[in-house]
Amino acid sequence: MTETQTESKSDHPGTVLITGMGGRFGGRLVRRLHRKHRVVGIGRRVALGLPQDVEHVQIDPLRSAAREIFARPDVRAIVHLGVIHDSRRAGSHQDNLLTLERVLGYAEQFGIRKVVLLSSANTYGPRPENPQFLREEAPLLASGRFTGMRSLVEVDLFAQSYFWRHPETEIVILRPAHVLGTVRNAPSNYLRLALVPTVLGFDPMLQAVHQDDVAQAIDLALVPGVRGIFNIAGPPPVPLSKALRVLGRRSVGIPYSLAKSGLTGLFQFGMTHFPAAELDFIRFVCMVDDTSAKETLGYAPAHDLRETLIAVDEERWP
Amino acid sequence: MKKPSALALLADVSRRSGLPLVDRMLEGARRRAEALRLRVVGSDFDERVEWLRHRYDSIGGDPFGLDPDVAKSAVTVLSFFHRLYFRTECFGLGNIPEGRALLVANHSGQIPIDGAILGTALFMDLNPPRVGRAMIEKWAVSLPFASTFFNKVGQVVGVPENARRLLEMGELLLVFPEGVRGISKPFSQRYQLQAFGSGFMRLAIETNTPIVPVAIIGAEEQYVNFGNLERVAKVLGMPVLPMVPQILVPGGQLPLPMKYRLHFGEPLYFRGDHLDDDKVINDKVWLVKQTIQELLNQALSQRAGLFT
Repeated sequence: MTETQTESKSDHPGTVLITGMGGRFGGRLVRRLHRKHRVVGIGRRVALGLPQDVEHVQIDPLRSAAREIFARPDVRAIVHLGVIHDSRRAGSHQDNLLTLERVLGYAEQFGIRKVVLLSSANTYGPRPENPQFLREEAPLLASGRFTGMRSLVEVDLFAQSYFWRHPETEIVILRPAHVLGTVRNAPSNYLRLALVPTVLGFDPMLQAVHQDDVAQAIDLALVPGVRGIFNIAGPPPVPLSKALRVLGRRSVGIPYSLAKSGLTGLFQFGMTHFPAAELDFIRFVCMVDDTSAKETLGYAPAHDLRETLIAVDEERWP
Repeated sequence: MKKPSALALLADVSRRSGLPLVDRMLEGARRRAEALRLRVVGSDFDERVEWLRHRYDSIGGDPFGLDPDVAKSAVTVLSFFHRLYFRTECFGLGNIPEGRALLVANHSGQIPIDGAILGTALFMDLNPPRVGRAMIEKWAVSLPFASTFFNKVGQVVGVPENARRLLEMGELLLVFPEGVRGISKPFSQRYQLQAFGSGFMRLAIETNTPIVPVAIIGAEEQYVNFGNLERVAKVLGMPVLPMVPQILVPGGQLPLPMKYRLHFGEPLYFRGDHLDDDKVINDKVWLVKQTIQELLNQALSQRAGLFT
């Protein structure tokens, strides 16, 4: 799936347009990119604390008024972060696919030659029969057991269909392992719990990647000529129990059946963000082999295990 | 002067002479336990564990989740069976290469004790110690505790990608190509190799890995199986239902204390195309099978007795 073109482009990559910049990860990414590129953001949320030279337009990319931002002549690349991961939000599945379609359509229309999509290694799905490290060719099976993952899987597949439909556009799909940091995603939230519930009798290997290492991968993906699908992993994986020891968390093992029924109930009443099917992430392995990113992108995680893990405590959000 | 009560007297006596006596008894028991432990695991056991820890720490921890502490306790328990119960004797340990290798062995004994003993032998009797890594069934991964335990002692899920990765790491892979056919064969077929799978051969050719044939003597007689009830097993949804009357005798649940003998043959090297026709691959598999059968026959003709 990966190939490098030696086609030469102008040295200055022009403006990078980031969708979904209002998120916490968007903020981290901007701080890395704005030194090298002009950056303009677009998204539904308010983006606070941005560097002064970064412009952010608060607008839903699905609105037709968003078109003029994509139409700016200096936009050379799009980083698409604006994927809603929370499957409970009404219409999120539809919005995710329509937004991606719109973004890829603009890229084609306005001759933007680079689109970077931040997908997820979770799309492979945690399964007992998974090989210890999945390569990019592995099928995305997450939605088989857990329909909430359907949206993320289909977004990834939809972007892949553009590889052959629009070979002139360089599409890069990044599939990072569990991203940890100040971001508010499921794995970081889980590790932030004061008392961490685990499934009794299971201690799967956990592969995490620091949010800034993901930003580094996006940075590298913007290099002209790079295209393809890349798994992104951080430091060598450790058992979940060891990760909790490093963080100094207390944990409590709950039998699977009890945890499952309990979570189902809590989820129905909106008291938790963890759907019961996500318990498989703390039962089975879902880890990736990032050899391809290391060889083709020159990616190398800069944070070791401890730094990656304690990043979840860096900044407490209310 | 107040006369001391009987209770106080008793307390005094027990403090003066009773406590040291208990201490001595405890000390004696501790020494005996230590002596037993040393006899079972040997004096260099801690060095071996350290070596193991160092090997995997140097690569940032084993990516499959091997935990030296859990492995240490597991080997301590298994050593009892290895050294005292089965009195395992190894032949031809020098045939195991320093780097990666596939150890292909006969499989038998109704429950896979042979694999555990082979793994223990590699850790206890080889210098430097090695971890034999076997593949576990996919269904076993969803069992709580068991799957975690298997991972922590170095066993991995049986998919080809994992085998390839382990070999790249320079590990020893234990392969039992007979699978369950070998484990549950009846007593009348002992030491007769069943049909071999061919996956290991493709893997060996692809990764250019030497194959070490291994003959395990002793395990085939540990449970006397008079035959498998295939129909009943089918009705009950069990993979196999062996008739092993010895488990009805008190204490018969334990395997018979046969003497285990592990014979390691000279490594075999195979070249060619790993995607070749089944026919070509099966010829090479047949060669390995014949080698192991000869190793078995030779070892059986030499063995002094079943239990000695």
